[in-house]
Amino acid sequence: MIRSFNALLIRDLRLAARVGGSGVMGLIFFLMIVTLIPFALGPDLNLLSRIGPAILWIAALLATLIGLDRLFQADQEDGSLDLLRLSHAPMEIVVLAKVIAYWLVTGLPLAIAAPFLGFLVALSPEAMLAMVSTLLVGTPALTFIGAVGAALTSSLRRGGLILAILVLPFMIPTLIFGVSAANAAVGGTIPFMTPFLVLAALSLIAAVVGTVGAAAALRSGE
Amino acid sequence: MRLSVNNLACERGERRIFEGVSFTLSASEALVITGRNGAGKSSLLDILAGRLHPVAGAILLDGAGERTLAECLHYVGHRDALKAALTAEENLTFARDFLGHPALKPREALEAVGLAHAARLPVAYLSAGQRRRVALARLLVAHRPLWLLDEPTSALDTASQETLRLILESHRENGGMIAASTHSPLFLKDAKEIRIERASRPSTVAGEER
Repeated sequence: MIRSFNALLIRDLRLAARVGGSGVMGLIFFLMIVTLIPFALGPDLNLLSRIGPAILWIAALLATLIGLDRLFQADQEDGSLDLLRLSHAPMEIVVLAKVIAYWLVTGLPLAIAAPFLGFLVALSPEAMLAMVSTLLVGTPALTFIGAVGAALTSSLRRGGLILAILVLPFMIPTLIFGVSAANAAVGGTIPFMTPFLVLAALSLIAAVVGTVGAAAALRSGE
Repeated sequence: MRLSVNNLACERGERRIFEGVSFTLSASEALVITGRNGAGKSSLLDILAGRLHPVAGAILLDGAGERTLAECLHYVGHRDALKAALTAEENLTFARDFLGHPALKPREALEAVGLAHAARLPVAYLSAGQRRRVALARLLVAHRPLWLLDEPTSALDTASQETLRLILESHRENGGMIAASTHSPLFLKDAKEIRIERASRPSTVAGEER
């Protein structure tokens, strides 16, 4: 079972690194949105640093969403999904391997890149540190929630839009606690740990519900 | 090991495709499934592979121990289940590690289908026939007793068809079972044959006979 898990994880990481893979795409998209917002708002540094965490979080959410429709659809189209059903590893392990691979190539780079993009929205050093930690803990929740939508829309030809409509409402709690934790780190009345722990809890819940949900959606398939 | 299929019926899109399909398959036996286009040959294989659920009937696999039917079979369908961005060797390495019960090394499997020279090429650069051969090489990288093949000879040239026949016969000699749907003869030694016909009785839920 571990062997199947590793094999699939390595395959998906390899695919992401090849031409046409989703590897860098999310990161560039993230950079684009964060760059666009200061152009729209104008060079008001106080305003930017106040809404900076919110901008970064929304950008991270959209960047996670952008490649998600291909998560299971690519395997569905070329028949690989039928191959994935033939292992002794249950569908949950398959989903887990694919989602972790996806997070490693989109979520993790976003968290690592956040301090550099923080400069564009005039974040203070403490806020940058808070952004990295909240994105690191919060993006798995976004990926796992999105995986359920990706599994449900895997057999639809243009599933991307439906996917966004399906999963965005469920991402709201993650967004709320992610932004409030990042804001709490630079001031405010609530301690940083309160929203941060809720965010961590959301990720853990999403990991369980998302894995089971996506596996069930893929099983019922066709 | 013995596969028995009893009174299987299949519906797709609320239309009865076939019904009353029964056969048994023991070790070293091969089953050739024939029938017209749309008769349900692929659907029958899909049901055996666990991709579709039958509306009636039962599939039993004796002597497999704790392994389920899905863990005992290889399925090569119309879609070749290869990743175009990965090389032929990487595709087979993945299948070997993922499916478990490893047999031949990817290189050796590619040699067996005459594609050793293309091992390091991304599958995207291969022709339809070559891709089909890489998909068939997957049969050799992991031990599975039952092989389900949907039109295995499509896109293959005459020489490759003969290679495929030898591979299938050697699988049977080792006690394997084969179920293949085909339009062109596979020349397998005393293979069973089953012909799938469209269900004669219009399904009551079809809604088009009114």
